[in-house]
Amino acid sequence: MSVIRKLNAWLLWSLPLVFLGVFFFYPLGVILAYSLTRLSAFQAEVASAVLPLPVILRILGFTTWQAFLSTLLTLLVGLPGAYLLGRYQFRGKAFLQAWMGVPFMMPALVVAACFDTLLGPRGWINLGLMELFGLTAPPIQFSNTFGAILTAHVFYNTTIVLRLVGDFWSHLDRRFSQAAQVLGANRWQTLRKVILPLLTPSILAAALLVFMFDFTSFGVILVLGGPRFRTLEVEIYYQTVGLFNLPAAATLAILQLACTFTLTLLYTRLSERQRPVSMRPQTYNQARLTSWRSRLFAVVTVSFLTVFFISPLAALALRSVSRLEPDRGQRTLSSPGITLDFYRELSANRRRSLFYAPPASAISISLAYASITVALSLALGLPAAWAQARLASPKVNRLFDSLLMLPLGASAVTLGLGFILTFDQPPLDLRASPALIPLAHTLVALPFVVRSLAPALRSIKPKLRQAANVMGANAWVQFTRVELPLINRAILSAAIFAFTISLGEFGATAIISRPEYPTIPVAIFRLLSQPGGLNYGQALALSTILMFVSAAGMILIQRLRITETGEF
Amino acid sequence: MPALAVTNLHKSFGATAALNGVSFTVFHSEILAVLGPSGCGKSTLLNIIAGLEKPDRGEVLWEGKSIQGIPPHRREFGLMFQDLALFPHLNVYDNIAFGLNLKNLPAADIKERVQEMLALVHLEGYEKRDVNTLSGGEAQRVALARCLAPKPRFLMLDEPLGALDRNLRELLWLELRQILKEIRQTTLYVTHDQQEAFGLADRIAVMNAGKIEQIDVPLALNRRPANRFVAQFLGLPNFLQGTATRSGKQTLVETAIGIFPLSTTASGKVTVLMRPDALRLDGSGSFRFSGKIIERVFQGAVCKVVIEVNFTPLTFHVLPSSPLPEDGSLLLFSVNPDEAFQILPS
Repeated sequence: MSVIRKLNAWLLWSLPLVFLGVFFFYPLGVILAYSLTRLSAFQAEVASAVLPLPVILRILGFTTWQAFLSTLLTLLVGLPGAYLLGRYQFRGKAFLQAWMGVPFMMPALVVAACFDTLLGPRGWINLGLMELFGLTAPPIQFSNTFGAILTAHVFYNTTIVLRLVGDFWSHLDRRFSQAAQVLGANRWQTLRKVILPLLTPSILAAALLVFMFDFTSFGVILVLGGPRFRTLEVEIYYQTVGLFNLPAAATLAILQLACTFTLTLLYTRLSERQRPVSMRPQTYNQARLTSWRSRLFAVVTVSFLTVFFISPLAALALRSVSRLEPDRGQRTLSSPGITLDFYRELSANRRRSLFYAPPASAISISLAYASITVALSLALGLPAAWAQARLASPKVNRLFDSLLMLPLGASAVTLGLGFILTFDQPPLDLRASPALIPLAHTLVALPFVVRSLAPALRSIKPKLRQAANVMGANAWVQFTRVELPLINRAILSAAIFAFTISLGEFGATAIISRPEYPTIPVAIFRLLSQPGGLNYGQALALSTILMFVSAAGMILIQRLRITETGEF
Repeated sequence: MPALAVTNLHKSFGATAALNGVSFTVFHSEILAVLGPSGCGKSTLLNIIAGLEKPDRGEVLWEGKSIQGIPPHRREFGLMFQDLALFPHLNVYDNIAFGLNLKNLPAADIKERVQEMLALVHLEGYEKRDVNTLSGGEAQRVALARCLAPKPRFLMLDEPLGALDRNLRELLWLELRQILKEIRQTTLYVTHDQQEAFGLADRIAVMNAGKIEQIDVPLALNRRPANRFVAQFLGLPNFLQGTATRSGKQTLVETAIGIFPLSTTASGKVTVLMRPDALRLDGSGSFRFSGKIIERVFQGAVCKVVIEVNFTPLTFHVLPSSPLPEDGSLLLFSVNPDEAFQILPS
């Protein structure tokens, strides 16, 4: 019996494993080999031709520094919110929670566009100030500053802190702090001696995850930071696409991989080392806002979160339907007001170029890629999650789990680079094939899909299957008639995850996409890098569409969540 | 002067009233048990006395002075929670020393006091143990040591033995009483287990639906339950509906099992409690009734017999060695009415 079970587990795992092997580890190996052979063959040239060591160190230093600062700020913004969401029950809380999750799934380019429309040189605040004081130049310098990068990162990742720390906090027995109080600890002492030590594992886990996302952040730095700021990820992109210096790109990719793998390992170690803490249902731990102190805190925190998280999104949506600048070739603005021109322009091919696809076609291309990604990642993720929930021993389980998580840490640009280096020659010459993109998207989506499905499968009581078994159902019937219906919500939310990730994915797509098949983010990036108010407006229109789709997806996922504790 | 007094406490959560006018006092060195079914407001009461919650109405007084405005950490009370709430990030020593550390005592004093506490609860040598690896009984002792260490002027225990199994509980409540009496600790002990309350407390307050039904010493509580709820909650099984009528110097009570005289001033419709230990098998009682034994359960020290009298099942406790006839046959039993019956206010 156990031999058969083991065999089954291996069979179920083999499909996702083969996929990972061919489309992840093989390209990684190629990158490694590529950078190593170049290093040994042209030892002398390497120093000058690839990248001088001080430059690499400077990039690494900046990458770490900005990630560190961003993480710190994210914790600063997130922890009061985590306290509020963890400990209090109030009207509108569910909506606030759902909304905080929206930026996380927002494509980096859309976030960049959001902040640009709010604080950029052509953004609301600058235009308003110029109008008000009759200025000729935008007074606030936000785009292409370090502050812009940090702000966008905080915007992006605060939800991780809210989710991980807030969830943990909401289940942390409130008796601990009451016990401390009765023993003579005041508020501050209770926080310092009891709450913080108990929260530390979840805070550290959240911080590590945030740091990892900030470390490999791509779109934000490329678009909001501008050419002055180069992290490893951005430099890999420039070296690959701009200079076609593949050895340099490969070397940087290996360096970044080493860093993210260390972080992944740390994260896994940390989540294993969590102390057993008595956990309580949220309803037991959460109080209503009754004292003036708690009310004031709630009002301040909620207002801040609302302004910070809604204003950039609102700025984008409004800006995409506003005419605020003169048309091309005209000196003055003829009629300021509401316009749908930017949306109408999306489907026009003004350049009549063969390679140029009208932005609207990017929508259908993106939808096609997203559908393939959903199908592929479910086909691979379902057996993987099933094996993880049912068959594998904890040890094997952990190994497979971290294997699956690796693409998340490897960074999208590296994935793209690996694809370019690997699939340009037989046996797998896929360079010209648009199939590469959904494959890359599946790699990125797979960890999220497995992580949505496995807890749901694990929560099904074995007795249910045993009952079905006794009544004559074989393993297949048990799966299709008992388990599948029970996890259909989880499957739906996994599908939405895959769909939204594919729609917004930019890093890998930017490298491997063919000019004639642009996805929405690629089209946005192209439009943003071209001058003129019309292009800018079209970029905003596309971003707005993407924003609404991602927001809808994220809110749907939150609605479907059945497990109480957060998993990323 | 009493140590602690609560007067007319009210507390509601939404539409449900957790406390509905609770008043009582606890004297110095006394152990008062609050006994009641789960959900009767016991934990709310403790939270209010500890200062963790505010009452809607009423006051908590310490030695005659209101302590309403004093936050929990300045009340110098101790509270042992039902689920203990030992700090999982601290070892046994640091858990016990937690309250002492907050008082900024010299390190040597803290160490000495922790050792003293460990000796008191018989856990010498446990200092470095991880609290997550303790057994139920050990964790319970550490929690007790933790709330006793800062020498609280008033100790509250919220179902401290609730999570343990029967045998261990009996062992521990005797030990707990010994410890508390040894240090003359003023204590409020909350439980739903009447045996525990009887074994531990100097006085018992029976609580139901946010109200105190009766406060008395254990024996008096058992002998003279104030009402049907108290009697039922203490495990007294037999209640009869009857009518009391004054007849000359005595009162006659008519019930399903017959008419008997009772020295009482009650009249009209009454509820009569029939004590389970009053059955006289030798026929020496003055009130006789016929019935048949329909069930007998051997319970160790006593044997429980259920006798059906005029379609009314009545439960009695007799010695297991008592000569009992076969089940099913109609027999004559007797009791002395003033010993066996008690009128309960309805």
